[in-house]
Amino acid sequence: MSQVLSIKNLKASVAGQEILKGLNLEVPQGEVHAIMGPNGSGKSTLAKVLAGHEDYEVISGEASMDGEDLLAMEIDERSRAGFFLAFQYPHEIPGVSIANFIRAARQARLGKGDELDAVAFYKEMYGKMDELKIDRSFTGRSVNEGFSGGEKKRLEILQMMMLEPKYAVLDETDSGLDIDALKIVAAGVNAMRSPQRGFLVITHYQRLLDYIVPDVVHVLYKGKIIKTGGKDLALELEEKGYDWVIQEFADKEVAVEA
Amino acid sequence: MNQDTATAEAVNINQDVGDFSFPEDYAYDAGTGLSEKTVEYISGVKKEEKWILDFRKKALKIFEGKPLPTHWASKDLENIIFNDIRYYLAKGQQPTRSWDEVPDDVKETFERLGIPEKERKFLAGVEAQFDSEAAYSNVKVELEKEGVIFVNSTEGLREHPEIFRKWFGKVIPTGDNKYSALNSAVFSGGSFIYVPPGVKVKHPLQAYFRINAENFGQFERTLIIVDEGAEVTYMEGCTAPKFETATLHSAVVELVAMPNAKIQYITVQNWSANVFNLVTKRAVAYENAEVRWIDCNIGSRLTMKYPGVVLKGRKARGEVISIALANDGQHQDTGAKMIHAADETTSNVISKSISVGTGRSTYRGMVHIPKHLKGCRNNTECDALLINANSRTDTYPAITVKGNQHVTQHEASVSQVSEEQIFYMKQRGLNEAEAMSLSVNGFVNDLVREFPMEYSVELKRLIDLEMENSVG
Repeated sequence: MSQVLSIKNLKASVAGQEILKGLNLEVPQGEVHAIMGPNGSGKSTLAKVLAGHEDYEVISGEASMDGEDLLAMEIDERSRAGFFLAFQYPHEIPGVSIANFIRAARQARLGKGDELDAVAFYKEMYGKMDELKIDRSFTGRSVNEGFSGGEKKRLEILQMMMLEPKYAVLDETDSGLDIDALKIVAAGVNAMRSPQRGFLVITHYQRLLDYIVPDVVHVLYKGKIIKTGGKDLALELEEKGYDWVIQEFADKEVAVEA
Repeated sequence: MNQDTATAEAVNINQDVGDFSFPEDYAYDAGTGLSEKTVEYISGVKKEEKWILDFRKKALKIFEGKPLPTHWASKDLENIIFNDIRYYLAKGQQPTRSWDEVPDDVKETFERLGIPEKERKFLAGVEAQFDSEAAYSNVKVELEKEGVIFVNSTEGLREHPEIFRKWFGKVIPTGDNKYSALNSAVFSGGSFIYVPPGVKVKHPLQAYFRINAENFGQFERTLIIVDEGAEVTYMEGCTAPKFETATLHSAVVELVAMPNAKIQYITVQNWSANVFNLVTKRAVAYENAEVRWIDCNIGSRLTMKYPGVVLKGRKARGEVISIALANDGQHQDTGAKMIHAADETTSNVISKSISVGTGRSTYRGMVHIPKHLKGCRNNTECDALLINANSRTDTYPAITVKGNQHVTQHEASVSQVSEEQIFYMKQRGLNEAEAMSLSVNGFVNDLVREFPMEYSVELKRLIDLEMENSVG
């Protein structure tokens, strides 16, 4: 079985409106792919559909992870199977400490009757918090409650590091970050890059891709991938905007129809 | 083994553990129904003095004369058939001091609930009541030497009338409400505690109430007197197996905190879903005394309980911290009463309730500060969490403050576990029940910290179990 996050002709709607209109994408293990696109092109919808959010309805198409049908799994099963979503707007969980939350998530990955080794767990978590320059006192704070934008995003990366997914989707992780926080977050992601892991980085701005250098860049427009290229494509988009890609795509569509 | 597991194992009470019963074999049985004969029977078995029998008979009259409080409370009260209930069941046991002397089936019951083990681990004294009478009662020798009395109330009445009689029925008069009158007529068991001046009992005293028989009414009567400058923490746990028909638990608990005394009274109840739990709990606090009720209500068909403090002396402090979880078909009607009766008294009420499925939680609070007093303070906070769309919560805070030299503050909130929050947690690999459970634990977290470690671990486990069962 090929080791790949594979999306085939995916169509999905939210509140009766079709947003993804036949999306095709493959992120092989070991690669970092970026998805860019103008507002409203369906970037965040893709992230939510892959994670299994119930407000999003899959109309047709496939999504699989190393051959396993993602769409047939419950939200939590996808997570335990190795799918991770770093949220654009991470949710607050009042009264639940970061340590307890991550611990519960780790515990959920163990067999029935197996206990997490608390000492080893804290040691590991403190090490990763140090890497992400998160103060150790944060372990006792409620998840995302009263956090700044930058703190929330760093906590997302901490969770990703602690859960060691096979495939991670980062949904506009750069939004709301100043340059220092961006560098820390990028360093965290880069440290996780490995031949055994695939990343899909959703972003609006090229800036993030200076720090997390992608292998492949895709342009998403009106629910479809309309162009795929190397990392230089991101720079080109930054410089020239999206209009030329959209025009190029429209010309091609016309050519096909004719 | 980590600390959490070790403690959880040390305090092994959960619903599944509690769901068993032994065949009934009682030497004393007052039969079903309630009449003067029932009262005479109970009093006779206990060989009580005449004043107690008179007290009971008078209470029975008051009970019969009082209407059900359904003009303000749940109509479900009408479903208690007083004539179908058995009011006194006992094996004829005298409470023993040695675990070995406890009858085998009773011993097995409490062993399965972890009672003697708990006593060895961290309690200063323990009393275990099986249906109507105490089966086991023990207090550590060093406390006895200091003059601490911890016995069941039957023994308290018999052996210590000089202390008992002075306070018995004084904090909660017989006619306070229909169920306190019922308890006063047929009471049996419960704890009697006296802590002499200046004695600070370091470890908690604990009582355990266990209903074993079907159609049974448990009516324990507890009286705790803590003399000047003395301190005690008392914890009670309650369970019953799951019977088909309704069971009634109607206790009266009176606390007396003399000047500068401190009492902390902790309840973790885990009744099965057919128990009517109608309990009257009140304390009186004299000058600079402090009374804290920490009350956790899980299970039962209907619980009505409003622990109160009468703040009778200057600078007395009263506090009620409560957590209620109403699962499918259950109604937790709980709250607090704070009666300010002296200057500079303070009261604090913090209540959190969780309603699951068709569960209903009601907060009823009463705070009374009269005009002639100065410098009183009250803080009331009640927060409700609704799990499902058909869950229900009501809040009836009645705060009467007269005069303008007081400070009161009231906050209430109702929240729902948001779908986005659950989605977020599931994306990290938690299933529906685990996510719900973590949210609910987070909601009550700041209150659970007030519980002793052993009980907070237990409470977390009970919440996990309730959420697991409700999500299915």
